[in-house]
Amino acid sequence: MSTTQKDLYQQTLGCVHCGLCLPVCPTYRVLGMETDSPRGRIYLMRALGEGRIENLDVVRTHLDRCLDCRACETACPSGVQYGNLLESVRGDLEQKAPSRGLRPRIARFMVRHLLIHQRRLRLAFSALRAIEVVGLRKLARILRLIPRSLDAIAPPVPGGTQRAPLKTGLHQPKGPVRGRVGLFTGCVMEPMFGHVNRATLAVLLANGFEVVIPKAQRCCGALLVHMGLPDDARTLAKANIAAFADCDVILNNSAGCGAALKEYGHLLDAPAAANFAKKCRDICEFLDSVGLTQLPAARNVTVAYDDPCHLCHAQGVREAPRKLLQQVDGLKLVAHARPEDCCGSAGIYNLLQPELAAEIGKRKAETLTKAGAQLVVTGNPGCMIQIGASLRGIGDHTPVCHPVELLVPPAAK
Amino acid sequence: MDAVLKSLIAIVGKHRAIVARDALLAWECDGFTVHKQLPLAVVAPETTEEVAALVRILHAGKVPFVPRGAGTCLSGGPTPMAPSVVIELARMNRVLQVAADDLYAVVQPGVVNLDLTTAVAHLGLHYAPDPSSQSVCTIGGNLAENSGGPHCFKYGMTNDHVLSAVVVLPDGSIAKLGSEAGPRAPHGFDLPAIFCGSEGTFGIATEITVRLCRDAEAVHTLLASFGDMPSACRAVSQIVGAGMVPAAIEILDQATIRAVEASIYRAGYPEDAAAVLLVELDGPVAVLEEETAEVRNFFAQNGALRIEAATSPTERKKLWRGRKGAFGAMGRLNTDLYVLDGVVPRTKLVEALNGIYAIGKKYAVVLTNVFHAGDGNLHPNISYDGRNVEEVARVLAAGREILQLCIDLGGSISGEHGIGTEKLEHMPMMYTEADLEVMARVRSVFNKDNLCNPDKVLPSRHGCAEVAKWPAMIARVLDGEGQS
Repeated sequence: MSTTQKDLYQQTLGCVHCGLCLPVCPTYRVLGMETDSPRGRIYLMRALGEGRIENLDVVRTHLDRCLDCRACETACPSGVQYGNLLESVRGDLEQKAPSRGLRPRIARFMVRHLLIHQRRLRLAFSALRAIEVVGLRKLARILRLIPRSLDAIAPPVPGGTQRAPLKTGLHQPKGPVRGRVGLFTGCVMEPMFGHVNRATLAVLLANGFEVVIPKAQRCCGALLVHMGLPDDARTLAKANIAAFADCDVILNNSAGCGAALKEYGHLLDAPAAANFAKKCRDICEFLDSVGLTQLPAARNVTVAYDDPCHLCHAQGVREAPRKLLQQVDGLKLVAHARPEDCCGSAGIYNLLQPELAAEIGKRKAETLTKAGAQLVVTGNPGCMIQIGASLRGIGDHTPVCHPVELLVPPAAK
Repeated sequence: MDAVLKSLIAIVGKHRAIVARDALLAWECDGFTVHKQLPLAVVAPETTEEVAALVRILHAGKVPFVPRGAGTCLSGGPTPMAPSVVIELARMNRVLQVAADDLYAVVQPGVVNLDLTTAVAHLGLHYAPDPSSQSVCTIGGNLAENSGGPHCFKYGMTNDHVLSAVVVLPDGSIAKLGSEAGPRAPHGFDLPAIFCGSEGTFGIATEITVRLCRDAEAVHTLLASFGDMPSACRAVSQIVGAGMVPAAIEILDQATIRAVEASIYRAGYPEDAAAVLLVELDGPVAVLEEETAEVRNFFAQNGALRIEAATSPTERKKLWRGRKGAFGAMGRLNTDLYVLDGVVPRTKLVEALNGIYAIGKKYAVVLTNVFHAGDGNLHPNISYDGRNVEEVARVLAAGREILQLCIDLGGSISGEHGIGTEKLEHMPMMYTEADLEVMARVRSVFNKDNLCNPDKVLPSRHGCAEVAKWPAMIARVLDGEGQS
């Protein structure tokens, strides 16, 4: 065994087979099979380390079904770092024998050559938009069915100008300056939910923060790490560390990116990376810690807040978004069952495991529908897309938005 | 064999069957990781009819089979002895009926214990037996093992909460035992009582009717820390001796406290305490005030260092969190955990614990204690490295001696985890040949061909070669001929 392999094997030994992770695992809840539970997967990874596995593809099948949502880490009394373990073993397997089959190959190609390149991605989105204009009109017509009061709070359907990227460089607040932060704009958030980035910038400026948006920033590399391509991710991590070298606080509004940025220390194993990771904060985590000086615009609306996995399980941020939302005058938070369950988005899981993703999404949509909120709020672009689509799949047209969209003060709107 | 497997897969379909050898590894053990055996296949039915069809095929083909829930058993119950087909019941997880006014629910065996309580919580009801693994373990598994839990001191074990069950017998026929119209007997023999705790050797329960209990008007949870273990135990004896019946009485020792506090289940237990005692009282508000004061008195009389009280659900949940995560937290001490389950009369707690710690020292094993003090149900936990043959032998030897001590003090070898494979060789320590013969005869009524979870509970000459090796292995090591 190599050092890394020994290290991975050691990590699997932390599991004493208590099973407390089973009920929180979305794939176990759907499939009911030990092999598709965290305990079962750890057991298979341990067997791998002990040389007991005859057919790598069998193990890969079950590891590939994992969403990497890390709910099991929240449940594990023994402290097994499941996410790190899974990603490392995936990397190890990928090196030994790259996964075959059409889906993984397409996924690998998409991530390597499209998703992590912001300009290419923006072009792709423009092309998609052109094709989907008809569909969007249909959607708008459906949206009109929703009461007018809701229409006002629904996230705007992004138009051409809305999609334009945020201006890079330094943005100055009008009033007194409380501090300076760097903003990581995210490669899906930027072209798909440009309005969320604009809202993020508006909230930060209104609350007295100078915002630096470095031009040289790149994709966080999360998808690459999840797919077992850490070397590709390391290149991106180095670029980001350099791009944000001058910032003491680095904010992001995509939970998936945020978790990856905070784990650069683990990815690169260098002091500069660990230092970078320490400076990273989710936008809600940050705003809650510094406090809002400008109260958000009042909105008479009921809201269900759904925890993105990579915010609650990976970053341990649970209360901050809720506390901020409660500062919106007139807004009422309603509870729904299992808010910390994965929605099935999980990066490009949709593409790799469409059937499971659809079933997991359906379950999420059903609990949200029961809650009957007028608006669903979650802080990750993948979750926003997946939850929106899953709700529509069961005939519920409740709009989905990012918490920061509700935090914009009236003056900054 | 291939023909049998083919027929099984025809029943459940490909996606609910596992035959790949490497995937089967995940089913080779439960929470008792000493004993491992690869199954022949795993099949996951969803209805009573599917279970019956599977069992008929297995019975006809003379292939042994083992039912399994969430695999949280601590005695090897769902681990095959000989190569067997595992019937995975986790997908049978529907609550079929809730009769709120008649205080019962009908559930499939794969329903998770806590999920049932969650499903009826809005009605002011709950399912009382609450094993530490209640967020994971299934009602079917609870029935098979006659599981207990902290609140069983007041409310009784699983057996006290099962009204009836539709069961698939080992030949594939379907029978209904008992009736939802409780009380359970005497309308004929009390068969649910005999089926409950048969550890999956009498058949597979596929529709289980359980009692639901009304939530108490109020609940108070008290946590007291003590500078030494005997003081905590004496407080327990006095509380129970005074005629009080708290809902739960639990003790955690210092090593357990520290492991829990290092984990995500940290509950704020004082790490400098030698023991913490968790007492929960429930009932009408007026009575509770009085009882709480009385319990506080017993704490004070025995020199409690600190007393904390929780009355809100959030505070109570936090105090309980540590207890519920205690077993898993032991993963911080070593790679494997052997959870023992001996029982002693609660007046003998101090003596038993002194003996247990001494045995731990004698065999040089890492031993911690967390237990249902009210029931005298001890859970000495031995943390060890399962890859070290010599250490495993010492662990098993220590376990054996601890159980002998429990018997000597007037107790038993299991309070709630069952015999499984773990305590097969301990059965003769507690029962005579004639006693065991009666049990064997009862089993043969249900399971004549010994195909349903074969060779569990009762030691047999044809018993598992693996288990049979243990005493010799222990002896070899203890005699100094150990292989290291």
